[in-house]
Amino acid sequence: MDKNVITGSEALLRTLIAEGVDTIFGYPGGQVIPLYDCLYDYSDRLKHILARHEQGATHAAQGYARVSGKTGVVLVTSGPGATNTITGIADAMMDSTPIVVISGQVPSPLLGSDAFQEIDVIGIAQPITKWAYQIRKPEEIAWAVSRAFYIASTGRPGPVVIDFAKDAQIGLVDYVYEKVSRIRSYQPVPEADAEQIKTAARLINEAEKPFALVGQGVILGGAEKELLAFLEKADIPAAATMLGLSAMPSDYRLNKGMLGMHGNVGPNRKTNDCDVLIAIGMRFDDRVTGNLQAYARQAKIIHFDIDLSEIGKNVPVDVSVWGDAKETLPAVTRLLNPATHTEWTGSFAADEQEEYEKVVEKEIHPEGNRPLQMGEVVRKVSDAAESDAILVTDVGQNQMMAVRYFRYNHTRSVVTSGGLGTMGFGLPAAIGAKEGAPDRIVCLFTGDGGLQMTLQELGTIMQEKLDIKIIVLNNNYLGMVRQWQELFFDKRYSATTMANPDFAAIARAYGIRSRKVAKREELDEAIAEMFNSSGAFMLVAEVETHGMVYPMVPAGAAITHIIMGKS
Amino acid sequence: MNTKQLYTVIIFSENTVGLLNQITIIFTRRQLNIETLSVSPSAIQGVHKFTITTFAEKDMIDKVVKQIDKRVDILKAYYNTDEDLVHQEIALYKVSAELFMKLKGVEELIRKYNARVLEVNEDCIVLEKSGHYEETQALFLELSRSIGVLQFIRSGRIAITKSKVERLSDMLSAMEKKIQANQ
Ligand SMILES: Cc1ncc(C[n+]2csc(CCOP(=O)(O)OP(=O)(O)O)c2C)c(N)n1
Ligand SMILES: [Mg+2]
Repeated sequence: MDKNVITGSEALLRTLIAEGVDTIFGYPGGQVIPLYDCLYDYSDRLKHILARHEQGATHAAQGYARVSGKTGVVLVTSGPGATNTITGIADAMMDSTPIVVISGQVPSPLLGSDAFQEIDVIGIAQPITKWAYQIRKPEEIAWAVSRAFYIASTGRPGPVVIDFAKDAQIGLVDYVYEKVSRIRSYQPVPEADAEQIKTAARLINEAEKPFALVGQGVILGGAEKELLAFLEKADIPAAATMLGLSAMPSDYRLNKGMLGMHGNVGPNRKTNDCDVLIAIGMRFDDRVTGNLQAYARQAKIIHFDIDLSEIGKNVPVDVSVWGDAKETLPAVTRLLNPATHTEWTGSFAADEQEEYEKVVEKEIHPEGNRPLQMGEVVRKVSDAAESDAILVTDVGQNQMMAVRYFRYNHTRSVVTSGGLGTMGFGLPAAIGAKEGAPDRIVCLFTGDGGLQMTLQELGTIMQEKLDIKIIVLNNNYLGMVRQWQELFFDKRYSATTMANPDFAAIARAYGIRSRKVAKREELDEAIAEMFNSSGAFMLVAEVETHGMVYPMVPAGAAITHIIMGKS
Repeated sequence: MNTKQLYTVIIFSENTVGLLNQITIIFTRRQLNIETLSVSPSAIQGVHKFTITTFAEKDMIDKVVKQIDKRVDILKAYYNTDEDLVHQEIALYKVSAELFMKLKGVEELIRKYNARVLEVNEDCIVLEKSGHYEETQALFLELSRSIGVLQFIRSGRIAITKSKVERLSDMLSAMEKKIQANQ
């Protein structure tokens, strides 16, 4: 037989390899058994990581993609296997993460008949994917799979679903790889408009108080250097959205911190004080803007984005710079006059000082008799890792404390669920992050609630012998919800207390070293033990049960309406 | 700016399975009702054309159309108001043959409305009229009042822009040029 006449399963695997894939996160089942059988022969070229739940596989692929810049790949069976991936797909859509999810499907003659484990994956996935396609014939594989990678990874990245009918996995095809690098209905990178570039540069040149908002678009576009050159030339202070964190090093002089609901005071206040607001690769999420009616009304707004539908979606803009930040930023920078805004950039210091006194100091240097605070644990871990680690978080207070107090030297150092706010994201995403960046330290901060949503992935860590440092910030509460109940619902703690297991014992059951820490005096040593032990480690920090994340802008309030603490 | 008006959204797409769903979910998420919908192959082979009308605010239609245009299999999406368009709907009316024959001034009626008789049989007569909504509706009301309408159906709007060329052909030819330049 001609060696190019192969099964659909093999054609799929060969296409993955041709697309540069070497790692797959997955879980087998009836409608992908032929594919897994074929994978057996390809195990030297394709590493398969067996998650413990398909949601875990999907978040792992996200973590992998976020740290490596490569497209994460997920392989699952039909029906429940596919539906279990939905949360991860939706998360990837919201946070622009390139993943390709391949789900098995019943043989094509059975489609539409409610066959065993048949589900309309395309119908379910369409609203939460960049593209979703069903392969019914082996001849479609080369084209569809390459197209999937092209779509997932280009332009504004996102998730793609390939639903792969079982008969197409078994059927034979005369296979030739065809690289897709163009789709006539899809323009991933628009050509920048010279006029808009000029107008943007002119506005910035005329600005006395320019302020830049840095989003994940800078990281996705690999435009970190271009960003710094831009900020430097015109001396523009900047702040990052949560997903934009680590695009600039934490200690960079023009980096003024994080925006949004639990962001830094300076950046939020200055949003309503600057004269030109320059948004770069961010989408004015409501957690960043607060009440839009009271958002940056005084400023001229320039919006750099690759996605035209984001420009003007939430905030009306004066200048739209539609394009890839890696091209548009330098184009604008070339037209900028070197400038200094010493007084303006210096004016953030007072806000920073105020935040330090009212919030930060209490959080990272609490008085001796207080229980452990989340912030102090985070900062100590960050310092022990010398700001070089990758931070992965779950969702809730632990997340906000982690992103507020962790520090970064390198780009692609924050993996967190932004747009969807998915509890249970952290543990599996950390697995993917470690796979995607095996040489870097990976620190996961998670809550007692979120950890238990995907806890079973400890099994994956055990099996793959992954060196992940897991820090559980255990407050025995669904803390972030409890915080809202304390502030806005009269302390009626409806369904937020949690009776928790002994997390350290659970870790040990999975062969993961662990330690509980409740005393401040033991914290340094416990962290040292964590970093000194090779392999995975779980540090369970018993933190204050009623801890609060401040500053806080209440949902729907003006971004300058900042609660600094208990009054 | 906050008043709703009727927009005609014109979409050119690849002819792939499931596209209509991709488009309608974008309307649904923004709570926009689709008033009329018509889908057919366009003048360009392999390209489908959707014509959708909806009441919306300008700001909203702008955002929705951008979100549609962004979908991978959509070639081009844009919107117009009635001033920019020549548009028609087609309506069919089934009436009782007996009553219709007895009706006085049938010929004037048909002429006045510029209607056509499509089918005549013992039981019923089927009339056809194309025009704007108000026009097809007017005939419907008149027939309803006089002899009653047994069945009535109206198509979705089809429309053509008054400007010289379809924007899609411009776009496609620009794209072809770019590809050739890159080769
Ligand atoms: C899947 C999911 N369900 C519910 C929520 C709502 N939610 C947001 S934060 C939070 C509490 C998280 O508790 P925990 O994991 O213990 O973290 P903490 O806030 O205490 O640090 C909840 C329930 C969510 N974001 N995701
Ligand atoms: Mg908790």
